[in-house]
Amino acid sequence: MEEVYFYATCLVDLFYPDAGMAGIQLLRQAGVRVVFPEGQTCCGQPAFNCGYWEEARDVARTQVALFPRDLPVVLPSGSCAGMMKVHYPELFHGQPDEAQVRAFSARVYELTQFLVDVLDVRLKDLGEPVKVTWHSSCHAVRDLGLNGEPQALIGQLSNVELSPLAREQECCGFGGTFSVRQPEISGAMSCDKAADAESTGASVLLSTDGGCLLNVNGTLEAKRSPLRAQHIAEFLWERTRAR
Amino acid sequence: MSEARAAILGRLREAGGTGPLPALDTAILERRHWPPAERVVRLRRGMEAVHTEFLEATPGTWPDVVRAFCECERLPNLLFGPSSEAGSVLSTAWAPGDTQLMPYDRPVEAFKDELFSGVAAGFTGTVGGIAETGGLLLTPGPAEPRLLSLVPPIHIALLRASSIQDSFWSAVKHLGWGRSLPPNALLISGPSKTADIEQTLAYGVHGPKRLLVVLVDDLT
Amino acid sequence: MHAENEVSFRDAAAEALLDPQLRANFRRAMDGLMSKRRAQFPDPGDLQELRDLSTAIRTRSLLALPDLLEQFEAKATRNGIQVHWAETCEQANELILGILRSKGARTLVKGKSMVSEEMHLNDFLERHGIEALESDLGEYIIQLDGETPSHIIMPAIHKNKDQIARQFSQKIKDAKYTEDVDELTAMARKVLRQKFLEADAGLSGVNFAVAETGTLCLVENEGNGRMSTHVPPLHIAVMGLEKVVATLEDVAPLYAILTRSATGQAVSTYFNLITAPRGAEEKDGPREVHLVILDNGRSRIYADPGLRATLRCIRCGACMNHCPVYTRVGGHAYEAVYPGPIGKILTPQMEGVGVRHDLLHGSSLCGACAEVCPVEIPIPEILVRLRREATHDDVGSNVAGRGTGHTAIEDWTWRLWAMVLKHPAFYRIATWFATRFGNLLPARAPLLRNWTRSRTKPLPARRSLQERLRAEGGPHV
Repeated sequence: MEEVYFYATCLVDLFYPDAGMAGIQLLRQAGVRVVFPEGQTCCGQPAFNCGYWEEARDVARTQVALFPRDLPVVLPSGSCAGMMKVHYPELFHGQPDEAQVRAFSARVYELTQFLVDVLDVRLKDLGEPVKVTWHSSCHAVRDLGLNGEPQALIGQLSNVELSPLAREQECCGFGGTFSVRQPEISGAMSCDKAADAESTGASVLLSTDGGCLLNVNGTLEAKRSPLRAQHIAEFLWERTRAR
Repeated sequence: MSEARAAILGRLREAGGTGPLPALDTAILERRHWPPAERVVRLRRGMEAVHTEFLEATPGTWPDVVRAFCECERLPNLLFGPSSEAGSVLSTAWAPGDTQLMPYDRPVEAFKDELFSGVAAGFTGTVGGIAETGGLLLTPGPAEPRLLSLVPPIHIALLRASSIQDSFWSAVKHLGWGRSLPPNALLISGPSKTADIEQTLAYGVHGPKRLLVVLVDDLT
Repeated sequence: MHAENEVSFRDAAAEALLDPQLRANFRRAMDGLMSKRRAQFPDPGDLQELRDLSTAIRTRSLLALPDLLEQFEAKATRNGIQVHWAETCEQANELILGILRSKGARTLVKGKSMVSEEMHLNDFLERHGIEALESDLGEYIIQLDGETPSHIIMPAIHKNKDQIARQFSQKIKDAKYTEDVDELTAMARKVLRQKFLEADAGLSGVNFAVAETGTLCLVENEGNGRMSTHVPPLHIAVMGLEKVVATLEDVAPLYAILTRSATGQAVSTYFNLITAPRGAEEKDGPREVHLVILDNGRSRIYADPGLRATLRCIRCGACMNHCPVYTRVGGHAYEAVYPGPIGKILTPQMEGVGVRHDLLHGSSLCGACAEVCPVEIPIPEILVRLRREATHDDVGSNVAGRGTGHTAIEDWTWRLWAMVLKHPAFYRIATWFATRFGNLLPARAPLLRNWTRSRTKPLPARRSLQERLRAEGGPHV
């Protein structure tokens, strides 16, 4: 049986634990044994993005050390997977443990990427008809090169209609510390993303990323919108788990 | 000032190279290749899309085509370069009529005001065309001065179909421009235009308002 | 978290966001430019090939830069072009003033040049009694209003027809009020035609300089560039030192990707190749052609291997056309010569990363810019690097203003953050508090209040994922 590590990410751990559970369950449903090492905290991206590289490295090292075996490391987040896969090699360039970190980075996957590209899962939709819309997180697409994996999974669900956003790939305005350093610009971007989602007629906006979800949900709630954003893992698990 | 030069070059040299020399893969440029007849079609399509007008002619008829256009448009004059190949053919074949042939045969300082306000159209030859995007290639010089194709509100350009190249890149190679260039050379794709006012296209800004290409079919 | 003398991008952006006209104008304009560019690149494989080739050409040019500059200078000089070098904008301005005065020139007509904006050349010349008149229609429009460009390709993109109509009717002699674009254009044509005729000198930028032939290549649609460089007896060109490439064959793909990326055109109206002043037998053209090569911090950027990519830029503007921030705040909010993503990495390197620290954080690092950059400048990566430089003075770095953007608060914040996250026990305690008491944090608390300006408070779950897994005896190792 295939075995993988699962990395929660701090935002999923704290704000979307159900999505994390769902991610684990989806993998098990696909016949994979999931190993969840204790002691996980954060990938270090916020400090890295702000130029505090020593602090980012300190934290990153402790995370890498939790995953010693040569197994894939699966994350329910495009942004954190991008950090671990693409930016850890940059962060550890010239460091004594660079080779070790690179070897780790080579094993990192975002969840939908792993489900589609590696496991080639087949999903059976057990839910009622629903219309959804998809927001593609910037790092998932531009750092990881995600190209339609989430849409492919949604497409396998026979009772789910995907109504695309007008500006699917436009940034939602989260950007980590950007959301608090530039609140006006960030607010304008998330407002537009929320309005776009509302105009699709969907009942739920899906995304791979907890940051995007926090941002868009906060905005939708503030606007008193009936629409909500949900993590793709949670949605897929709800639709496909045995009743 | 040479201090500035020495300082700048010194700093650049001190920095040194920072990596391997990347290879140049020009396959994408080499793939732009069409048979001569198709080049004509593509050039025309590209240029007509930006409001260039075309007059069809053969090697024997083109001077008459030019004259007929001028008469039809009631142009009082047509500025041209008398010592260029195309210019001398034009003037030899020119029958008297309402449009006066006006030679650009002296320095511009001698008739600048007239050039700017009294000339209705300018006629030039070309050294080639570009099929990929549409465009004419010109080498202004003593025989056909730079302002001839710029100042008069109408520019009439003679283009032989056989001289059309696939792309700017292949034209540069074919014309040997990579090795040496005259003081001025240029590509013209249409009448002058701008989209600076609310991104709305407007033609005839500072360059010619109309570009007429006399397309000489010398392929058949 | 601000250092002293810092220019606040946040404040300028916040003000711009309140202007619905500006937002609508830019949204419409950027949408148009994005879709025109898309239409020029129907095949993603072809696009990537052209980008790769363009990147390789620019990388090679930069690798050989000092040699190419010398080769260009030697050839251009033999052709009759007089080449000058300026380390700073002040030097460049003085050089140009000197050239103009040597010919008794009182009026200068300008083709579009961002480098001349960088030099604040117009103001300098005005102060010295020389009239510098913009002839590019967009530049002419903003000059009438005393404004600066808000986009590097379409300088008046922030203006409406009615604003322009009002300006023209007020500022152009005998002009009537009209919003008809053709009529407005004809008005400008008439005014500027006279200026071309009368000007003592013309100024242009340079899109590409070719070392092998000593040629200046100018891309334009209106014809004002050719007018400015061929009609007056004196032509002065200004160029950043990074613009030189080895051969005219090298220019071809760069030209092709420039016009498509910038305005979605396969080709510009004119591509003007200037190799010499008026030849012995020529009847027109300038008697003298001068080129001023400007450094202004470029050699400093050049020396840093991680930052040199900044200089690959061919000034197409695609990055700002695709930027979700630029689209919403417009170019003036950057309070810099170069706006948009390229401006975000260029301006701090020229002016100092400390004073421009806020600008460096005016990006969500979404990467839309890097995705479309024809020469693959890794803008988000460079932004992160410059944020590093702003907050740390690293050994071996020569970035302007390095280390002057850090604050004690930010230093301690990240130290504390690392402390908690390096130690799972601390993290557990912190998440326990967050899950039990996080919703008690007032919405107006520092930092949190920035979030809650437009969103509800983010509420931690009742139990973190790890707590649940521990409780349910989940798939641990």
